[in-house]
Amino acid sequence: MTTTTTDAGTAAPQTPRRAPRDSRYTRKNMHLGMHKKKSVLLTVIMALFVIYSLLPLFWLLVSSTKTQTELLSSFGLWFSGPFALFDNIAATLTYDDGVFVRWFLNTLLYVVVGAGGATFLAALGGYGLAKFNFPGKKAVFAVVIGAVAIPGTALAVPTFLMFSQMGLTNTPWAIILPSLISPFGLYLIWTYALDAVPTEVLEAARMDGAGEFRTFFTISLKLLAPGLVTVLLFTVVATWNNYFLPLIMLSEPTWYPLTVGLNQWNAQATTVGGDPIYNLVITGSLLTIIPIIVAFLFLQRFWQSGLAAGSVKA
Amino acid sequence: MKTAHSSRGRFGRSAAVIGTGIALSIGLAACAPAAGGGAETGNADDIAAALEEKSEITVWAWAPAVEEIAASFEKEYPNVTVNVVNAGTGNDQYIKLQNAIKAGSGAPDVAQIEYYALPQFGLSDALVDLSDFGFDALEDKYTASTWGSVTLDGGVYALPQDSGPMALFYNKTVFDKWGIAVPTTWDEYIAAAQQLHAADPNAYITNDTGDAGFTTSMIWQAGGQPYTTTAQTNVTVDLQDEGSRKFADTWSQLTENDLVSPISSWSDEWYRGLADGTIATLAIGAWMPGNLTSGVPDAAGDWRVAKLPSYDGTPVNAENGGGGDAILKQSKNKLVAAGFLQYMNEGEGTQISLAAGGFPSTVSDLESDEFLNAEDPYFGGQKVNELLASSIEDVVPGWSYLPFQVYSNSIFNDTVGQSYAEKSDLNTGLQSWQDATVQYGNEQGFTVNK
Repeated sequence: MTTTTTDAGTAAPQTPRRAPRDSRYTRKNMHLGMHKKKSVLLTVIMALFVIYSLLPLFWLLVSSTKTQTELLSSFGLWFSGPFALFDNIAATLTYDDGVFVRWFLNTLLYVVVGAGGATFLAALGGYGLAKFNFPGKKAVFAVVIGAVAIPGTALAVPTFLMFSQMGLTNTPWAIILPSLISPFGLYLIWTYALDAVPTEVLEAARMDGAGEFRTFFTISLKLLAPGLVTVLLFTVVATWNNYFLPLIMLSEPTWYPLTVGLNQWNAQATTVGGDPIYNLVITGSLLTIIPIIVAFLFLQRFWQSGLAAGSVKA
Repeated sequence: MKTAHSSRGRFGRSAAVIGTGIALSIGLAACAPAAGGGAETGNADDIAAALEEKSEITVWAWAPAVEEIAASFEKEYPNVTVNVVNAGTGNDQYIKLQNAIKAGSGAPDVAQIEYYALPQFGLSDALVDLSDFGFDALEDKYTASTWGSVTLDGGVYALPQDSGPMALFYNKTVFDKWGIAVPTTWDEYIAAAQQLHAADPNAYITNDTGDAGFTTSMIWQAGGQPYTTTAQTNVTVDLQDEGSRKFADTWSQLTENDLVSPISSWSDEWYRGLADGTIATLAIGAWMPGNLTSGVPDAAGDWRVAKLPSYDGTPVNAENGGGGDAILKQSKNKLVAAGFLQYMNEGEGTQISLAAGGFPSTVSDLESDEFLNAEDPYFGGQKVNELLASSIEDVVPGWSYLPFQVYSNSIFNDTVGQSYAEKSDLNTGLQSWQDATVQYGNEQGFTVNK
């Protein structure tokens, strides 16, 4: 089952692409370059990568149209038997008193508050570090860089013990609070803000009598938008896929996110008296990835729009 | 009610390493702080009195029958509220339990724990010795092998909920098709494997990609006793004792020669193989009929059950999977917890478990005519229970698991799994499993092989 392997590993943000602040200057050139030399080899390699990435999705899509029996008796990569997608979706949403919907809302809560909060905090912190000088800035820089290097998985158990003393385990806070911290996002905003928010603009704003907060919210935040979207994407994906932390923190299935909940459904097949419901696990996985795909397609537009273009000499 | 033995191989292996690894050392060194409130011990009258008062307990269990048992219990004792929480299946739950024990709070009153994992919690002072409630007198109610599994270092740390004496489940349709006789020895089994695979290159006698639960059970059957623990922390690991080698020498003949299907148990491919006959037998615990019936409905009528093959033809057996339920020292309501535990695993609850497909550990059920004479239509009307129940007496006595078996099993695929992948002698893999296990045990404060 592809869904069960969701591990802390996949929750980690993907390797960064080029730093966003480069994009403004290089995109045009790269675009032209691509047109100039068409490489057959590169095209073939890319095609292979596309197939490699899409094949599991195709399997998921095909499998979610099958009944539990058909799932286990037919070839995996093509349709077979009655088209049961809508039955599966209905069953997924209603199984066990509709607990899937509850998990879905939980995940949404963790993503909106956790990833949204993380992006906001990263914006505040990164901007502050980029545009203000204060003693100890280098030390903060070292701490942030160090924090990027520590995988969240390694901190899960110590965090559990701390939260346990504070009485926060088995509550949504146990997932939300750790999600609010995104050292990588902070670093990204920081480097982005250095370039995207010209100090001249800030000085002009100050000259006109705007307070720091007003400057931040009315000018800087807009200039930072492409960077924010990048960070938001990373944190949304990380929170959406978060598996190990909720596994450790939560014991009540009512607070589970989709990742842990689906795994529990999957494990049901290995229990005496428990029905295997692989068809629901698969359909649930399909429903789980749809929002994240939509988020990507939707946010990509903002990501590329380069709002900061021309802000200096407008 | 047990997870089938192999689940931990598939789910959250890295989690096991991180969670229990860190937690265990503290469990050993410090033990859970004693929780206040409520009597710590008591006899049957004290329990009965406690059940009449208003109280609430939490039970961690993944077995589906427990919800039903709790509902029936609440009906009988209306003042008691039982919260049944599925905190994860097998390993996932052990991680949470170990963390809660380490943190000193957050553990349930009662928890489902498989036999293989019980020493980890029982020997680290996290569980209540049920002798405190006079439950040691219940010994005669249970089979010798399950009682042996819950008795550690002279204490009783769980009441058995089910058992899993092994048996050979075989696809009769496939066997008949190729004229294969049901093997009674492992040599015959290997011959059958060759015959089947030669006749149909897609078909295998069984599947095996390396499974700690299966391997330990098979070593148990071969007469091995690789794990001994004395005085809580003095541990010996010898995965090259006579029984272990006997098993590995035999089973290597299958794994080295491509005679087992490279499919992991409990995967969707596995269910598929069981349905279409390409996985022809399973040497597995007696709880399997329920899983076949619900998981492989298409193969109804194909499967039969026989006694587990042995090395010399005389029936010898081992337990595979199964578990019990224990009371946590953190519980603030131990008398009520004890009352529920007894209701669940000795009283009315056993009938509910039985109806849900669990294989009983209680002697009275194993001897009841209704149980023994039941003809299972899935198995072509065979009296499956009769055969399975009769194999309990063949279980080799004296087996025990490690006090850190959960971790050790989690690294099985990194060590013995290598031998499977390379199709090489399993003894080599067992040796490296032993080395890694010994090293871990010593790091955690046990005295292993010293």
